[in-house]
Parts: sequence; structure tokens; C-alpha cells
Amino acid sequence: MEAAVNDAASGETAAAASAPPLVVNNIEVIYDHVILVLKGVSLEVPEGGIVALLGANGAGKTTTLKAVSNLLGAERGEVTKGEITYRGERIEDLSPNELVRRGVIQVMEGRHCFEHLTVEENLMTGSYTRTDGAAAVAESLEKVYHYFPRLRERRGSQAGYTSGGEQQMTAIGRALMANPNMMLLDEPSMGLAPQLVEEIFEIVKELNEKEGVSILLAEQNTMVALKYADYGYILENGRVVMDGDAAGLRENPDVKEFYLGLAGENRKSFRDVKHYRRRKRWL
Amino acid sequence: MEFLHAIFVAPFVDMWTDPFFLAELILVGLSTGVMYSLVALGFVLIFKASGMFNFAQGAMVLFAALTLVGLMEKGAPVWLALIVTMGVMVALSFAVERCMLRYLVNQEGLILFMATIGLNFVLEGAGQLMWGSDVKRLDIGIPDRPMDILDGKILLNTFDVTAAVIGAILVISLAVFFQKTAMGRALRAVADDHQAALSVGIPLKTIWITVWTIAGIVALVAGIVWGSKSGVQFSLALIALKALPVLILGGFTSVPGAIIGGLIIGVGEKVAEGYWGPAFGGAIENWFAYILALAFLVFRPQGLFGEKIIERV
Repeated sequence: MEAAVNDAASGETAAAASAPPLVVNNIEVIYDHVILVLKGVSLEVPEGGIVALLGANGAGKTTTLKAVSNLLGAERGEVTKGEITYRGERIEDLSPNELVRRGVIQVMEGRHCFEHLTVEENLMTGSYTRTDGAAAVAESLEKVYHYFPRLRERRGSQAGYTSGGEQQMTAIGRALMANPNMMLLDEPSMGLAPQLVEEIFEIVKELNEKEGVSILLAEQNTMVALKYADYGYILENGRVVMDGDAAGLRENPDVKEFYLGLAGENRKSFRDVKHYRRRKRWL
Repeated sequence: MEFLHAIFVAPFVDMWTDPFFLAELILVGLSTGVMYSLVALGFVLIFKASGMFNFAQGAMVLFAALTLVGLMEKGAPVWLALIVTMGVMVALSFAVERCMLRYLVNQEGLILFMATIGLNFVLEGAGQLMWGSDVKRLDIGIPDRPMDILDGKILLNTFDVTAAVIGAILVISLAVFFQKTAMGRALRAVADDHQAALSVGIPLKTIWITVWTIAGIVALVAGIVWGSKSGVQFSLALIALKALPVLILGGFTSVPGAIIGGLIIGVGEKVAEGYWGPAFGGAIENWFAYILALAFLVFRPQGLFGEKIIERV
């Protein structure tokens, strides 16, 4: 874990010295009191970093994000072991409302726009927790339109009738309206054309750099995620099986083989990579 | 032949020869319609904000009216009784959230519906346990005099007119609340997608309490109007049944739909009774609304103003 902190900060000393704002320490999540989904996941998101959570379907990426944003309760899931801290405070028991107030917001998988509200109304719902006055909210709205000019054109249409890309933009814009410090993005690439995926990731990167929003990103599209992230964790069956900085992961032969689909010169058998899991189980 | 004549010819001849009778029927229908709308409105509000069909809405009307009458019988002045009853309805919405909704997050619509049936019995029972089951007279001073329009050609009642005005004010303020305020926007957001609303920091608890409180107040208003008209009694809970066709007609998700649906049912009922009633031996008022609702279910299931079911392919 120490290594993880050091690697995560590309500038090394500066960020490594101050503790990362979001620390997830060995959490276990159980749904409906019986289904064990996360079996000890640990990760960290450094200030201003983009961290990718990778893995196949059902690996536990979404559950990890929901554990942080505390949307598990609505799905009858709960964190039964381990701890999650944000800026030094335990946050497992805080309501989503309280978390959004503190600057942690999740953009859910599959966009989840309010389909009968207009695009602008959708964006405005993101400002529900804001207490800094209408002028500041209007300014944020302007900012969202600056990042997503397409939303300005579509501001009056019902969100249900906009395209998948526009809905994803609306969902991210809506989260941005809450003035977050930490955004949890769940599968922003889902169901979008490759070109649109690039466009959205470019904007996310820009938000990260200009607005200083730290990002924890769950993605199945490993290639794109590792292109934009600084650091990556690979989840399998509710456990972190591998982690490292994005460049390293991109070059890692196992990641290449199993997640990027780029076979090396001599194909490895699955048994040969088992050691990763064995090693990380004790993490 | 005679029957067909009574259905297809005679009513229209009558309408032509005596338009004032038609106008009177329409006006009476409108004022009854407003009262249907009031009940339907309570359903729509809760359905919009929690996707829950609140079977207990009728019982809430009865409960509110019973509480009001009970307090007045104890000697409380009207204004005090009104305030206390309002307080009781607010307390009720807190209790519903605390004891019911909280444990049913993310459950099937049918399960929520069953829970409201339970609530229905609790409210009916509690209301009668506290205030007894006699028919009570409710009089909070709404004037009830005959009113002539156009030199007595049309006969109306000040009570009906007052009720219509109260209904209209309530409806307009609700429409403004839903469309223009941040809270209204949040309510509509919750109606669309609980999970997403939660994720942007809208607290469901506050939303539910707000919406049940509003539904409670609407029930109180409906209880006052219906109670003053026909006495406060157990059958008040059954007017919820009259709201069903209104909802099907107007759409479960539309506040204006509930209003206009109510008006259409009210007018339709009175006009049908007045002109077509004789052909069927009278009393078609009682089933006309359901026939209309059936027709709507076949041809326009989302209702007149219901939100179109958005389906992208």
C-alpha cells in the first residue's frame, strides 16, 4: 500500500507528503445480508488524481464506487468490514446527501438522467445541496455549458429524448453543479461510440486539470481508462488483484493479455498469472 | 327504435331547445368535478414522488375530516381546529416515513401498494376509534345559498362556487410549486429516478415527508369540502373510488391532468345523467365515469396529460 501512495503521485514528494483525500481500507460489502460482493478492497485516490478501477463485469467496480458514495443502502447492501475515510473522516455512515455536501458525488452507470425533466432542469437538480446562492449556481451552470457546449443547444429538450452521449454529458454536468472535489464516475463509456468516448474522457481530463476535481473511475474499457488515468487498480471477484501506475499497467504483459486483448509473442496460460491473486489476497 | 331515438336524437333536440338546462348541468358538473379533482390530486402527488399508488388517500380524507369535526365538537374555534388538523396531517406524514417508507426503499410497486392498503385500515380504524362512527355535520362557514345567474335561468349554489374557487387556488399554487421551485424540481426528479436523485444529494426522506404533507393538506381540503356537502362519515373514504376514473382519464403523473380529468368526469356525469339517464332508467351517474375510464384504458393508457412513456430504441 505504501508503494501505491508513492506511485500515485507523479510528482512524488509533494502529494506523497500530504495524505490522499480518499482512502478505502480493506472493505467488505454484503448485499441482502448474504451475498458477499467485495472481499477486502483497498484503494486510494490522491488529491487531483485520476484513478481507474478496472475489471470485468461483476468484479465489484460499481459496488466499490457505491460503497464510497453510500448508495448501497438503497440497494440493500452494506459495508460490513473495513473503513472508508475522506479527508481524515470516516464516511461509511454518512448519507449521500451529506457526502455530496462534502464534495463527493457519483455519476451512476447508465447515466440515469431524469428523463421527463429538461436538460437544464437536470443540471439544476445537481445544485440541490448548494447553499451559496443563486448567483453562484448560475455561474456553475455557465461553467457546465462551457465544458459541454452541446448541452446549451439542447437545454430545453426533455432529457429522455437526447442521445446517449448527451445524456452522459448531462449526468456529468449535473454532478458538476454540486461543486464536487471528488467525482466517482461509473462506466462513462457505456454504450457510446468510440469517438464520443474519447470526447467525454477529454472533458473529464480537462475538468480534472482545470477544476481540480479528483476522479475515481470505474471502467471496462481498459485501454481508454489507462490512457487518461494516472493510476489503476484491477479488480477480480471482489478483490484487488493488481495495482500500479497507468503507464506500468499498460505495459504489463498480463494486463495486455487479459484486459487489453493484445496477445504477446508467447501466450501465457491463465495458471501462470495466478500468482498475482495469491499475492494480493493478503493486501 | 324508441331506445335508439332516446339515445341518438332526443338528447340533442333537448339541448338545442333548452340550452340553459345544459349550461346549468355543465356548471354543476364543473363544481362536482373540482371536488373529484381534489381527491385525485392527492393520488397524483404521491404517485409522482414515490411511484406509489396510495390506496389510503381516501382514508386520509376521512381521517382529516374526522379530526377536524372532532376538534370542533370539543369546542375549538374553526381556525384553531384547522391548524391543529394540519399539524396532525404533518405528523402523519412523518410517521408514514418513519414507520413505513423507510423500510420499503427500492421495493416493487406492488409491495408499496400493499403497504398503503395497510395504512388505509390503520387510518380508518384510528379515525373512528378516536372520534366515533356517527355521521357528523361539518360546518366551517362556507355560505350555502342558491344563486341565480341570468335572471334565474341557471340555478347554482354558492357552496359549489366557493368549493370550485378553493380547488382552483390549491391547484394553481401546486402547479407553481412543482414547476418553479427547487423543491418542486427535486420532487419531479425523485419521481423519475430515485437512485439518481439520491446520487446528486437529494435526500429522499425530506422529499417523502414533503410530498405526504402536501397530500395530507390536499386530503384535508377535500375532506372539508366533501364533509360539508355530505356530512362526515365512513363513506367519505370511498370517494377515493371516484378518483380512479379521474386518474385514468387525466394520467397518473399529471397535476393538470388530475384537474381536467376531474372536470371532464364531473361534467360528463351530470350531462349524461340529465340527457341519457332516462333512456337507461336513470342512475347512470354512478357508472358513467368507469365506462369512460375503460375507453381511455383501451385507446390512451397514459391518460390525456400523462407523461408519455419515453422509449428510445
